[in-house]
Amino acid sequence: MEPLMEILKNLHPDVDFETCTTLVDDRIIDSFDIVTIISEINDEYDVVIPAEEIVPENFNSAQALYRLIQRLEDEDE
Amino acid sequence: MLFTSYSFIGFISAVFILYYVLPKKCQWPLLLIASYIFYFIASPSYLIFIAATTVSTYLVSRKLENIKTEQDAYIKENKGKITRDEKKAYKAKMKGKQWKWLLVCLIFNLGILAVLKYTNFVIANINGILEAFHSTNELSFVNLILPMGISFYTFQTMGYIIDVYRGTCKAEKNLFKLALFVSFFPQLVQGPISRFHDLAQSLFEEHAFDTKVVSYGLYRILWGYFKKVVIADRILTAVNEIIQNPEVYQGGFVFVGMMFYAFELYADFTGGIDITIGIAQTMGITVTENFRRPYLSKNIKEYWKRWHITMGTWFTDYIFYPISVCKPMLKISKFSREKFGDGVGKRVPVYLSSFVVWFTTGIWHGASWNFIVWGLMNFVVIMISQELEPLYRKFHHRFQVKDKKWYGAFEIIRTILLMSAIRMFDCYRDVPLTFQMFGNMFTHFDITAFTAEAFLGLGLTAADYLLLFICLIIVVAVSLTEERKGSVRNLIYASPAVWKYLIFGVMILVVIVFGAYGIGYDQSQFIYNQF
Repeated sequence: MEPLMEILKNLHPDVDFETCTTLVDDRIIDSFDIVTIISEINDEYDVVIPAEEIVPENFNSAQALYRLIQRLEDEDE
Repeated sequence: MLFTSYSFIGFISAVFILYYVLPKKCQWPLLLIASYIFYFIASPSYLIFIAATTVSTYLVSRKLENIKTEQDAYIKENKGKITRDEKKAYKAKMKGKQWKWLLVCLIFNLGILAVLKYTNFVIANINGILEAFHSTNELSFVNLILPMGISFYTFQTMGYIIDVYRGTCKAEKNLFKLALFVSFFPQLVQGPISRFHDLAQSLFEEHAFDTKVVSYGLYRILWGYFKKVVIADRILTAVNEIIQNPEVYQGGFVFVGMMFYAFELYADFTGGIDITIGIAQTMGITVTENFRRPYLSKNIKEYWKRWHITMGTWFTDYIFYPISVCKPMLKISKFSREKFGDGVGKRVPVYLSSFVVWFTTGIWHGASWNFIVWGLMNFVVIMISQELEPLYRKFHHRFQVKDKKWYGAFEIIRTILLMSAIRMFDCYRDVPLTFQMFGNMFTHFDITAFTAEAFLGLGLTAADYLLLFICLIIVVAVSLTEERKGSVRNLIYASPAVWKYLIFGVMILVVIVFGAYGIGYDQSQFIYNQF
C-alpha cells in the first residue's frame, strides 16, 4: 500500500488519500492523472491495468485502487 | 424531416399518441418502426447502411457472448482438472478469439464510415500532392452518399460492441431491440452518443403515462425550440454574412462573427439536444445529458467535461485509455523515463494519446483540414494549460484570488474567448484564411467601424438585436440558476398551477412569434446534423 500512497501523494500532495473516497466522482483526479498512476503502478508493481478496469469504482479511493492491484496480481500468478 | 419542420412535429405527435394508446408491450416495437420510418423518409438508401451496422454488430456480439459462455462452461467442467497456467492459457486463447471477431466488426463498420465520409477528402489531398509535384494526373472524385447521423450511430454501436468484448455489457439477444438502440430516432441525427447500459432499460421497459414526466419533457422540448428557432436561426444570418465575406468584414467584425458563432453553435447544438432529450422524456425514456452549462467552465479541460459530454467520454474510454495504458505505450513510457527522466516519462503516454484523440475528434467532425486543425488546436491549448498548472498553483498560492467572484468571472470569460477563437476553424473556408482572419482581428481592429449601419448591414434589424440581447440574458439567467439550484423545471413544477400553465403558454407563444422563420420553415438544419 505504501508505494501506491507515495505515487498518489506525488501527484496531488494536497489531497488526503487516506480518507478520500470520491477521487473520480469529485473530479480530484482526471484522465491525465489516471494514466500517470497506471504507468507508475506498472513500474512499481509490474501490473498492467487494462482499459476496461478504468472505472470510477476502481479509482475513487486509494483502497479501491489497491484492491484492484491485488486482484490483478492474483490473476497474473 | 428536420426537427423544426411541421412534418416532424406531426410525426412525433402521432408517435406520442400511439405510444400511450397502444398496449404497453408495443411501445418499443413502435419506436423501432417510427425510427425506421424517420430514416426511410430521410432517404430509403440510408436504411441499407444502418441495417448493415445493426446486423453485423448483432452477429458479432452474439459470437462474443457464445465464446464467453463456452469459456465459462469449459472452466467449470474442468475445475480441479487443469492447472492455473493451463486455465490462464485457455482464457488468453479465448480472449484472442474474441479480439479477432471484435476487429472484424470494427473494421467493417468504421470502414463503412471511413469510405463514405473520407474518400473524397483523401482524393483531394492526393490531387494536391500531385499538383505540388507538377503532375498532370488527377484522380476523379467519387459520388458517395453520406447517411444521416452515420458518425453518431456508428460510434454508439462500436461503443456497444467494445463493451460486450470487455464484458462490461451483456450482448442483447433480441436483434430488433439492438436495432432500436442503434436507430432511436430522436438521437439518431445529432446524438447524444449513448451507452447501451445507460439507455437500454428505459428504452425497452413499459411506461405508463405520467403527467409530471410528460410535462418535464414538453418544457425541455420548448426550451430546445426556443434556443434553436429564436436564437440560433436568427443569429445565423449575421454569422453567415460575416464569415462568407471575409474581404468585407475585418478587424472588429471578425471578433463579432466569432462571438456570434459561439452563441449560435451553443443555441443550435444544446437546443437540438434539449429537443432530443425532451422527446425521449415524454415517453419516459432517459437519454444521457450531453451538456452541463459549458460556458460556465473556468478552463478548457473543464469545458470539455461540460460540452458534448458523450462524445468526450466516448473518446476517453475507447481511444484515450486503451492507447495510454496498452503494453507498448507503457514500455515507451518506461523507456522515456529511463532515458529522459521522470517528467518526460510521465508525459509521453498522455501526450501521444491526447494527440491521437484530438486528431480523431477533429476528423470525426468533418473531412477537412479545418476540423483537423481545430482538433489539434484543442490539443495544443490543453497541453499548454497542463504544463502551466504548476505556475497557476504558485500564482494561487501567492495571490488568494481563486475564490473571488471577479476572478471566477475572468476565468469563465477567458475560456469562452479561447474556445470561440479555436472555433473560427469551423467558420472560414480554409485553414490559411482562418489564421489570416485571426490575425486580422487584431491588426485591423477599428472601434469606429462599429456603427449602427454596419450592424444593420449584417441582415438583422434593431428589433432582432434587442431580442437576441434579451435571449442572452434569459439563457445566462437559466444557466446560473441551474448551476446553483439545479433544474429550472423543478422550480417551475413546484410553482402554483397557474404559473406552470402560464410559463408553458408563453414559451409556445415565444417560439411561434419570435422563431426566426417560425416552426415549419426548413431553411437551416442543425449544425451537428452534418457531422
